[in-house]
Amino acid sequence: MARIITALVAGLIFGLGLAVAGMTNPAKVLGFLDFAGDWDPSLAFVMGAGVIITFIGYRLVLAQPRPVLAEKFQIPTRKDIDWNLIGGSAIFGIGWGLAGYCPGPAVSSLVSGATPVVLLVVSMLVGMLVVRVIKARG
Amino acid sequence: MSQFLLPTLGGALIALSSIIMMAMLGRITGISGIVGGLLPPAPARGADAAVRVAFIVGLLAGPLLLAVIAGNNGIGAPIVELPMMIAGGFLVGVGTALSAGCTSGHGICGLSRLSPRSFAAVMTFMATGIVTVFVVRHLL
Repeated sequence: MARIITALVAGLIFGLGLAVAGMTNPAKVLGFLDFAGDWDPSLAFVMGAGVIITFIGYRLVLAQPRPVLAEKFQIPTRKDIDWNLIGGSAIFGIGWGLAGYCPGPAVSSLVSGATPVVLLVVSMLVGMLVVRVIKARG
Repeated sequence: MSQFLLPTLGGALIALSSIIMMAMLGRITGISGIVGGLLPPAPARGADAAVRVAFIVGLLAGPLLLAVIAGNNGIGAPIVELPMMIAGGFLVGVGTALSAGCTSGHGICGLSRLSPRSFAAVMTFMATGIVTVFVVRHLL
């Protein structure tokens, strides 16, 4: 139960952060990606503040022997840069640039109930499902 | 100045969430991974699934909390037509599943861990995102 409440609170803070930051406003996101137009650099501060604070926080947290509510830290260990990583990231960037939604803001924006957002999220889930099925078949 | 204040505050909240997830549950906070892990063919079950669903419920409640605090939920209307929304969503799903991460998992958490894979991922999706907006807005 403690783990579920933790995840709920963390999700709430994350969703609040996205909305405060302007990440749930696709006009702002596409303005940030529009270097050749009227470029809006403000969303760089989301990534900047997010990375700097998380960098410091992770240093403190990972110095502990284990997480408070779990057996061990689950940290990705892969170091290789492969085609799935680069090709997948390239495809993700194209999708992000087309509509202005990355996964977190897409999910958070569902509470607006707007049909186009629902369809975007359904399409996203279908895309994830297709890749998961193909990956599972090896 | 104020136009950078809210993005900085938002980034700090996202960082706080990521730090809580690592400190308490030992987990990277990647939204595409949290959501994708609930899908077939090998969906998370039991306690793992409950944690993922709880995070997603929180994510949905975030804008509602902002509406209570500030009187505005911060959600902007879509600005592209439906076919672009559907294509965009599908490509985001395929891409993040292939590369195992998005703006949060690779962007916030990966860069904070100084992961070379995440640096490569972020450089790539920023580049293709910028090129896509350039092509759609200035060439087509």
